[in-house]
Amino acid sequence: MNIIVCVKPVPDPEKYHLLKIDTKTKRLIREGIPTILNPCDRTAVEAALQLKETHGGKVVILSMAPLFSQDRIREALAMGADEAYIACDALFAGADTFSTSYTLMKAIEALGVRFDLILTGTESADGATANVPTQLAEWLSYPHATGVSDIEVRDGYATVRKKIEQGRIGYRIKLPVLLSVEKNAYRPRLISAMNVIGAGKKTIGILTAETLGVDECRVGLKGSPTRAGELIQLDLRRAGREISGEPEEIARRIVDIAKKSGVNC
Amino acid sequence: MDFNFTEDQVMLRKAFADFVAQEVAPKAAEWDASDTCPVELFPMMGELGILGVFVPETYGGVGLGHVERLIALEEIARHSAGLAMFVFTHQLGMAALLENGTEDQKKRYLPLLCAGEKISGLATTEPTGGSDLLGANTTAVLEEDHWVLNGRKCFITNSHLADLAMVTAKSGEDEKGRNLLTIYLIEKGTEGFGPGRKEHKMGLRGSVTGELVLNNVRIPKESVIGAVGKGYGIAAKTIGEVGRASMAAICVGILRGCVEESVKFANERIVYGKPIAKLQPIQFHIAENRLDYEAGKLLLYRAAKTKDEGKSAVAEFSMAKHFGTEAASRAAKRTIELMGAYGVIDEYPAGRFLRDALTSISSGGTSEIQRLIIAGDTLKTFA
Ligand SMILES: Cc1cc2nc3c(=O)[nH]c(=O)nc-3n(C[C@H](O)[C@H](O)[C@H](O)COP(=O)(O)OP(=O)(O)OC[C@H]3O[C@@H](n4cnc5c(N)ncnc54)[C@H](O)[C@@H]3O)c2cc1C
Repeated sequence: MNIIVCVKPVPDPEKYHLLKIDTKTKRLIREGIPTILNPCDRTAVEAALQLKETHGGKVVILSMAPLFSQDRIREALAMGADEAYIACDALFAGADTFSTSYTLMKAIEALGVRFDLILTGTESADGATANVPTQLAEWLSYPHATGVSDIEVRDGYATVRKKIEQGRIGYRIKLPVLLSVEKNAYRPRLISAMNVIGAGKKTIGILTAETLGVDECRVGLKGSPTRAGELIQLDLRRAGREISGEPEEIARRIVDIAKKSGVNC
Repeated sequence: MDFNFTEDQVMLRKAFADFVAQEVAPKAAEWDASDTCPVELFPMMGELGILGVFVPETYGGVGLGHVERLIALEEIARHSAGLAMFVFTHQLGMAALLENGTEDQKKRYLPLLCAGEKISGLATTEPTGGSDLLGANTTAVLEEDHWVLNGRKCFITNSHLADLAMVTAKSGEDEKGRNLLTIYLIEKGTEGFGPGRKEHKMGLRGSVTGELVLNNVRIPKESVIGAVGKGYGIAAKTIGEVGRASMAAICVGILRGCVEESVKFANERIVYGKPIAKLQPIQFHIAENRLDYEAGKLLLYRAAKTKDEGKSAVAEFSMAKHFGTEAASRAAKRTIELMGAYGVIDEYPAGRFLRDALTSISSGGTSEIQRLIIAGDTLKTFA
């Protein structure tokens, strides 16, 4: 079984207090913040590796990312993936989910392999739109299910589960299929020292705009229809108000205030 | 000249840190409080390549060096110096075997030790004083094809856990009447050999320290590590280059803990309506913690790289160990001061950092002994 997992290096969520937004371009300033492999995507890699352990085949990693984040991609190789590719070109910079999914689609096509399963994380820790998986599936005309766990493959079908408000729902979908994996669905394996060294010896394929033969109007900032609206700084201060008087009186006033603000009491 | 870790080393550190975050950090305070040694983690540490990272692949290791071994120890000690103590003493036994054992001994034992299926240790210290390595009273007498050992070792890490102990004993005298030591490999369960009293330590809790008692222990002639009479040199080199290196790495781990915890606390603690990180005297504490950490790290990894290049680094490791234990002790005290009363409350790790740092001082040789080694080297090098 051939599985491709799309992963994204993201700024370390533990350092989000250091993140800033450029008020002019309305884009995140990521400089100086270490990147990690998107936590959800690590889970997706784990899912892929477990499926490979049961069914054989190979696990390929794909990321649209700047070259400096190669080490994060190497981490996925060290977890046990067989091959990795980075779609990397100055033209890809500033991509929204539309042009990201387009670029990933072109990369998957360029690899020339029929993947039975395309796995992604449900969402990225930084953008958190959860748009890319479904958009990618649509570009490729693959059926898809999002936020899934417990992936099993049998007789050309994948069965998965998904948490919904009322409980859980199961799906049985014909392969090939794109699945976005829920963050807590699998526990990503720890990486051994031997695998770090092994991953260091594997080469990561670089896919440029030219090799992918992309339509330049559909990639990067130029190909991104999303426009950031207004930047609003939320005021999180709590408005405290002092109420003084006799206890009875204070209690009555609190009830009045609550009623006025819509509390049914 | 290059002060940077290689890409592989950076990635290894991350892999070790992930293991520590998942398996060590959440439990470290509990191991310390109950003085529990997490032996159950050993097979996993074997599988992840932590234990045998410096051992060649032919003997079941990863085939890397001491820099990588110390990176792992630093990461572990950042959260549990006690566990790092357990791990490194095991590696001390492995290093003695790797550098001095016969091919047969290495093939037989090293894969099991790398995998964490067996636990090892090195026992030299005796009640007569650890500093006086040659003054040991444990004796070894050759009786036909067996050695017979008698004596008592004290303050031995992994005393009650080791399946395979490397033990020094007096096996003869040289022409000047000085003791000649030999190192023997003794398996757990050998008749007459076993642990004695178990110590209750102030710090490095979670590692087991205690006595080993040898009462007419008969072991086959082939149980010698290296040559007969060469035990002093082997023990001194192993303790000097692997033991002290590890103690220094433990202290660098504690130092990083001091830096990270003091920054975290200073940003979170609000006094006068603002974080204490805004107060200049608190910033001075943080700056000094950082200085101690960076200097300790440089001394340690410079020495380790020297060893990995195949050169002697005894004096360099002495400097790293001496500086590390002193720096970690003062940084831990400083961190306690920075935290006010929270510094001595068990929910915060600063008190543990101080106890661990102070307990590190004599292990691997006291500060006085380190200063003697450094002075000896300096008088020679700078003459
Ligand atoms: C946590 C822990 C774990 C340990 N694990 C092991 C282990 O696994 N294996 C093992 O063999 N040992 C182990 N030890 C023992 C350790 O190696 C000894 O504590 C150390 O060698 C010092 O010996 P001592 O404690 O007997 O002190 P002593 O040798 O009795 O020294 C007492 C004092 O005299 C000073 N002194 C001694 N000689 C000189 C000198 N020539 N010049 C100036 N001052 C001197 C010392 O610096 C010290 O201040 C461990 C110790 C600790 C604390």
